[in-house]
Amino acid sequence: MKTRSLLYGFLAEFDNPDALKECIRQARKAGFRRIDAYTPFPVEGVAEELGLQHSKVRYFVLFGGIAGALTGWFMQYYSAVFDYPLNIGGRPLNSWPSFVIIVFELTILFGGLSGVFGMLALNGLPKPHHPLFNEPSFDRVTQDRFFFCIEARDPQFDREGTWNFLQGLKPEGVYAVHDLP
Amino acid sequence: MMREELPEATYTPPLVGPGQTYSTITEKISSIVLSPHTPLEWFAVAGLAFTGVMMLFYSLAYLLVRGIGIWGVNIPIAWGFAIVNFVWWIGIGHAGTLISAILLLMHQAWRQSINRFAEAMTLFAVTCAGLYPLAHLGRPWFFYWLIPYPNTMDLWPQWRSPLVWDVFAISTYLTISFVFWYIGLIPDLATFRDRAQNRFVRLIYGILAMGWRGSARHWHHYETVFVLLAGLATPLVVSVHTVVSLDFTISILPGWHATIFPPYFVAGAIYSGFAMVLTLAIPLRKLYHLEDLITMRHIQNMAKLMLATGMIVAYSYVIEAFTAWYSGSNYEQFTFMNRLLGPYGWLYALLILTNLIVPQALWSARVRGKTLAILAVALSVNVGMWLERFIIVITSLHRDFLPSSWGMYYPTIWDISTFLGTIALFVMLFFIFIRLLPMISVFEMKQIIDKPEVRVE
Repeated sequence: MKTRSLLYGFLAEFDNPDALKECIRQARKAGFRRIDAYTPFPVEGVAEELGLQHSKVRYFVLFGGIAGALTGWFMQYYSAVFDYPLNIGGRPLNSWPSFVIIVFELTILFGGLSGVFGMLALNGLPKPHHPLFNEPSFDRVTQDRFFFCIEARDPQFDREGTWNFLQGLKPEGVYAVHDLP
Repeated sequence: MMREELPEATYTPPLVGPGQTYSTITEKISSIVLSPHTPLEWFAVAGLAFTGVMMLFYSLAYLLVRGIGIWGVNIPIAWGFAIVNFVWWIGIGHAGTLISAILLLMHQAWRQSINRFAEAMTLFAVTCAGLYPLAHLGRPWFFYWLIPYPNTMDLWPQWRSPLVWDVFAISTYLTISFVFWYIGLIPDLATFRDRAQNRFVRLIYGILAMGWRGSARHWHHYETVFVLLAGLATPLVVSVHTVVSLDFTISILPGWHATIFPPYFVAGAIYSGFAMVLTLAIPLRKLYHLEDLITMRHIQNMAKLMLATGMIVAYSYVIEAFTAWYSGSNYEQFTFMNRLLGPYGWLYALLILTNLIVPQALWSARVRGKTLAILAVALSVNVGMWLERFIIVITSLHRDFLPSSWGMYYPTIWDISTFLGTIALFVMLFFIFIRLLPMISVFEMKQIIDKPEVRVE
């Protein structure tokens, strides 16, 4: 059976971050919305150029941390007061000052892990296959090149116009990326 | 500014050597790992360390068979080498987290080339540290009794015990340090995936990189969580050695029951940690010719931080003496005098020499200009910080309130072989790390090379 390979989008390659930012600015001005930039390191200003909202990963950290604190406190309170009360010289069973450290540690642990897994989930990772990996020059995205992609599902996308638009920005190269190699 | 215009003393070395670009940095760091050629020195050190690891395994196996009676511990000194080494190793780890988290929050560009291997150092140091309390349990196979889990004995851990706090602090520290390190590695693993020639190598790095493709949307979430993790790790690292110090201070033993202990321990931990980072960094940059990435500026900054934290430790020693005198307690005063002049007094003198006097050499800019001199100071601090923990653990225990219960502590051959064995384990893990993973963060280096303050052309 032969599957038809669909166009994923057009990829433009740049050799410096400023050209990439300029390219994003032009594309947004031209009304493209299904766009993304790919860089070897986080480039300051790219998120703003793309108009990205504040990352939601912060809520994962916040609610993970709160869950950790509640777990730590409830676990210690329940076991020390109800499940396994130890009367030591008549001291209060709810000896909260000694509970503080474990509440603190579990806050950090839950907050940190929830943030990391939240980041992976929001990014859709692990994802071993992606159409962009079909383009051999894309290997340099983790080394020294900056890429910009206009996806085919963008409502304004048309093969000839978008291709010429990207060529007009004087990139190092423009590639058509397909779903299948 | 031109270098010639500056007098030698005010010249600040650059953070990145001249002529480095995105591709040269990628090439330099990844070729160390992806090249099929392993330096002969690597085999020499790793081979020696491997022998040491075998000695560690033998010592631990013998410990399991015979029990902790093979060590020099006994009443009144029930803690001995196990706790001395535990505190020493945990302390060493702290510099890694300080560099990766606290210096990140403070926007210190010079952390970028040393954070990765310092974090690896943290992980391996905590691994070595964790071995000791486990082995010291006597019946290590019951270690899981320290973890709260539903059990048929219907028991809970004792939440009011600092030793249970320790379990939570150390395991949280190890977990968070590991995820922080791994998250930082993902973009670099993707670089290795894209550069690897060998199909199998490409596959392994590809799996570890989780399909990272450098999307701006991914970086956006990534950077947010990275900073938040740094924000969480900062109080965490302070809490870990605080909890370790609470193991001592919660007891009412003279010499341990002091409020200065938590900050004193944290400062000492960072002090010994920087000493270990320097001990590793100076030979490594020589062996792998990394002088352009780990420059004299990094070495000097670390030396200065080591000196600063060393002064906090010196201050704590003075405060300890002052508190002993000011407390008016005979026992506190006796314990302090016994540290100075008792049977372990010669170790105290050695501690003052290695930990306080030798590091003062770092005030001199000439000393800070020579890597070998800094390495010598760092080694001296490593020894000094170990002696400090020995003095704290042993001298307080060996002569407490009742002279009839006094005793002496002498390590046995098994104490020494286990200690040397963990040093070998640390070196072994570290050498495996530098052979298989990027020891300098590739993407973080590229982030700073364009910044004007980084270059002094």
